[in-house]
Amino acid sequence: MKPHIPETRLDEIREQAALGHLDAKGIRPSGSPFPEETSYYGLPLVKPPVWTWEVPLYFFVGGAAGASSVLAFSAQLAGASPSLVRDARWVAAIGAAVSGPLLILDLGRPERFLNMLRVFKPQSPMSMGAWTLSVFGTATTAAVISEKVRLPRIGDTAAFVAALSGLAMATYTGVLIGATVIPVWAKHARSLPIHFGASALASATALLNLRGHDDAALNTLGLAAAAFETYMGIEIESRDDIESEPLRRGPTSTTIRIGGFFSGPLPLVLRLLGIRSKRARRVAAASALLGSLITRVAWIEAGKASARDSRPSLR
Amino acid sequence: MAVTGFLTDSTLCIGCKACEVACKEWNDVPDDGFVWSGLSYDNTLALGHSTYRHVKFVEREPRAGCGGNAKEQMTWEFSSDVCKHCENAGCLEACPTGSIVRTEFGSVFVQPDICNGCGYCVVACPFGVVDRRPDDGRAFKCTFCYDRQKAGAEPACAKACPTGSILFGRLDELERAADRRIAHLHASGMTDATIWNPKDTSVGGTHAFFLVRGDPRAYNLPPKPEVPATLLRQSWSAAAVAAGAMVALSLMSFALGNRSAGVPPAGPAASRRRGAK
Repeated sequence: MKPHIPETRLDEIREQAALGHLDAKGIRPSGSPFPEETSYYGLPLVKPPVWTWEVPLYFFVGGAAGASSVLAFSAQLAGASPSLVRDARWVAAIGAAVSGPLLILDLGRPERFLNMLRVFKPQSPMSMGAWTLSVFGTATTAAVISEKVRLPRIGDTAAFVAALSGLAMATYTGVLIGATVIPVWAKHARSLPIHFGASALASATALLNLRGHDDAALNTLGLAAAAFETYMGIEIESRDDIESEPLRRGPTSTTIRIGGFFSGPLPLVLRLLGIRSKRARRVAAASALLGSLITRVAWIEAGKASARDSRPSLR
Repeated sequence: MAVTGFLTDSTLCIGCKACEVACKEWNDVPDDGFVWSGLSYDNTLALGHSTYRHVKFVEREPRAGCGGNAKEQMTWEFSSDVCKHCENAGCLEACPTGSIVRTEFGSVFVQPDICNGCGYCVVACPFGVVDRRPDDGRAFKCTFCYDRQKAGAEPACAKACPTGSILFGRLDELERAADRRIAHLHASGMTDATIWNPKDTSVGGTHAFFLVRGDPRAYNLPPKPEVPATLLRQSWSAAAVAAGAMVALSLMSFALGNRSAGVPPAGPAASRRRGAK
């Protein structure tokens, strides 16, 4: 409601203003304490990530490859069909082969990519990632080659190493962006590795589905991943902290929601139908793949938007 | 070697930008764009890949309706910002190549011959200092004039500062000087002068610290900066949980899936002949 101001007050203000000094509420007399202000013209405090399209694509490809090597290993251990094991190994190897160039392309000085292996630095997730990818790439390649040249024992050992490093490949990217100063990422440092892991598992099962495999296990795993992604969507939507604003407002929230829809609710329903219907399984697979890719892009974009907001960093 | 530091005293700064100019010339830093920001006299706006010193112009005009144009309502403060050279530096911890190191002077230095431009330090700095130079590809920030310090000289900005607003010296001596200066300012009535040095956070204090008036947030100096390393434990734990769940789930579903009657076992041939049915 508008406060009531008597007409005489306006005359008073005019007279005081003519003398150069107003006594109104909120006036600071000369020499008073420096006024309180919460930021420097609202300019951003932290720098936005410099990463371009290669990085979210790497998160997607590397994650799918990592989870695929886990699937290859557990499928073999549980006695699933050899063709599934072989295809899962191939998905992992091809994914690893694509991941390396993607990461190198994103560097400001690609020709210096080997500098990544100058040091082994557990406190740096980027260093751990570089080493993980190196081991993963070697192991997945060794696994498929030794199968080709009929050295099954070496192949199985390599597949075991690939599965171990694959677990890291599928989840470490969440740590990579979680353990930063970007408010929206840091706020989700605990959930991002699980979120990205579920996304990786969903895309690995989807790739094997689309390769023509119809094991019930793949559908179950896709179902589990979609269920977690649905939960993650609900969790994001129910937050009201200012760090998570890029996930709920503005263009980045749209991308997050589209990615979430294709990763969560849609494949969840289709996977349930997919227990009986092959077509539903295929559509669920395509949806999960698309959702996983969009989700990675959305999180990077949300990080860029988050860096522009100085409020969380200045609290 | 003694640990050296910067004490930037905003109450002495006149906003002349000699530090910006001296830094640019000595370190051969490229231009960072020519823009009119409209934000007081600040057209530099922030530290970055091509700005190692940045003078902030904290200006508040009288609000409309409360004070008219009375000039005594206006406040104008200047402060020269710089890389904080943190005790626990986020950029240094994040750097995967070992390019970012701690020098014998206690400063944080990016070795340009090692950096491969991965960009991870950029998102690890709680003060938005280090950034990747797009045309060069490597990360750049204040070098604390490592070359000059090696030769026993003071950094270019401190030498060029005409008012003694930028003080360079041994960190412990500067801290004592800052305490004396604060006591003097408080005694002369400027009771809102404070020292900004986040010693009680995970940053563990900075080697470049600031004496400012009022709320340090008005200078984009965060009250509670944290290095990303504080998040590592919870984040890696979550990754371990995710990895464990992935192994357990896939082993379980493949083990159960083999016994379930719903789906026929897919042999090697079945996958080859897919689409045949």
